[in-house]
Amino acid sequence: MSSFWSWWIIVLTLGTLVGIAILLRWNMKNFTDVEEGESMGHEFDGIIELNNPLPTWWTVLFWLCLAWGLLYLIFYPGLGNFKGLLGWQSSNQHVLSIEESKQAIVDAREAGLNVEYDRELARADAVYGPIFQQYASMEIEAIAEDPDALRIGQRLFLQNCAQCHGSDARGSSGFPNLTDGVFNWGGTPEHIYTTLMEGRRAQMPAFLEQLGEQGITEVASYVLSLSGRTVDRDLARAGEQKFAVCAACHGQDGKGNIALGSPDLTNNVWLYGSSQRAVEETLRYGRNGVMPAWGEILGEDKVKILSGYVLSISAED
Amino acid sequence: MSKNKHEKVEKHVGWLAVLAIIAISIGGLVEITPLLFQKQVQEPVRDLKPYTALQLEGRDIYIREGCVGCHSQMIRPFRAETERYGHYSVAGESVWEHPFLWGSKRTGPDLARVGERYSDEWHYVHLMNPRAVVPESNMPGYPWLAENTLDGKITARKMRAFQTLGVPYSDEDIEGAQEAVQGKTEMEALIAYLQSLGTALR
Repeated sequence: MSSFWSWWIIVLTLGTLVGIAILLRWNMKNFTDVEEGESMGHEFDGIIELNNPLPTWWTVLFWLCLAWGLLYLIFYPGLGNFKGLLGWQSSNQHVLSIEESKQAIVDAREAGLNVEYDRELARADAVYGPIFQQYASMEIEAIAEDPDALRIGQRLFLQNCAQCHGSDARGSSGFPNLTDGVFNWGGTPEHIYTTLMEGRRAQMPAFLEQLGEQGITEVASYVLSLSGRTVDRDLARAGEQKFAVCAACHGQDGKGNIALGSPDLTNNVWLYGSSQRAVEETLRYGRNGVMPAWGEILGEDKVKILSGYVLSISAED
Repeated sequence: MSKNKHEKVEKHVGWLAVLAIIAISIGGLVEITPLLFQKQVQEPVRDLKPYTALQLEGRDIYIREGCVGCHSQMIRPFRAETERYGHYSVAGESVWEHPFLWGSKRTGPDLARVGERYSDEWHYVHLMNPRAVVPESNMPGYPWLAENTLDGKITARKMRAFQTLGVPYSDEDIEGAQEAVQGKTEMEALIAYLQSLGTALR
């Protein structure tokens, strides 16, 4: 803040406090010619205005408020650029990026500033830091069998993942079930960890132009037959001829590819529904499932615990 | 009675009004006026970009549907909030907001950093019927947003108004505005807006 505006604030604020104090003192004197308790000469409907002084309790409270205000301005920031004797501030408000925010915490600590939010973080870190530290060095498989870690993992899951995957982790149409052991992007601890940290973007293209309506019906029939469903055999056979375009991602055998996140078509897990109509819709318009990246939001430690939790529930069914 | 100076304000309403206005103004002069000249409330955070035409229309739908009545966009610097929502909001994120939508009521969660947290698909399902993905939710559904389309007739004028207020829109941005939103649904616009929230502080 420029010194002009700083002084603007200081002069107006202190001026007001002094002004109020003078006004109060002035009002405590009797300037009228009327004795205390006598009539001021106003009477209406039998109600008479008497010349009574300000109530003592009220006056005392007023002085106390003024004193409180003054003390506050001495100890806490309020008077322009004067930071107050306690050097207190709520947070580092001047930052323009996350990086600057982290730097501001370091700078404030070195400058000996008393930043309430930073202190709160430091207190939490002292309590929770060692707990996360202990899991940071553990393998994800080991975390998946540690009851305490799983309790933390479940909290994190309900807080951050349940919105899409459901509080029972069984997902819904378009949002994967995490308990069936089927992972389009891979189910090893490392795969799960990467999925959580970096997110995933599935890219099933639309095939309407390439296959035409008839082709869509045929390929859908063939795809359904891969998982053992009863379908029109002629349609399926025609679909098989056209499956080459699908095989690029799903493989010639339709077993999918975790590197591309393309699902295994031979099992009975259907992210977008298993009806002929649902599969046709997928073929017609494509699908672009998105798993957001959580690395920046949650940080490595929490993602690791979450990975363990997801691993532990993945074999429930 | 001539010694009773109080009578001047007690019996002359004009004097009372003038003195009351002076007394009330001091608060504003101290708390508001200096803010208008502070770098801190004019300097954008490093990655701040003006809303695209579609996001801007989405913002107006956010305002129209009264989202601000239940959702704040202001993460306070408390760990209990930042653990859930992310880094606390800073002044530099709001410099191009006219008016800001910080809100003060949280029937639903704060949305200051909801951008990129969920997929577009999730937002679509959730706005159509929140209980489809969050069974406990008491938020109303907004299915008509998927039916209403935008014509973008006044989008450019809106952007021009923001430009006047200091938002750095280029003339090309404004010229392409109608084309950018025409035929899009209100749902698409709102989702585009939501996905942009809080992503400028990186």
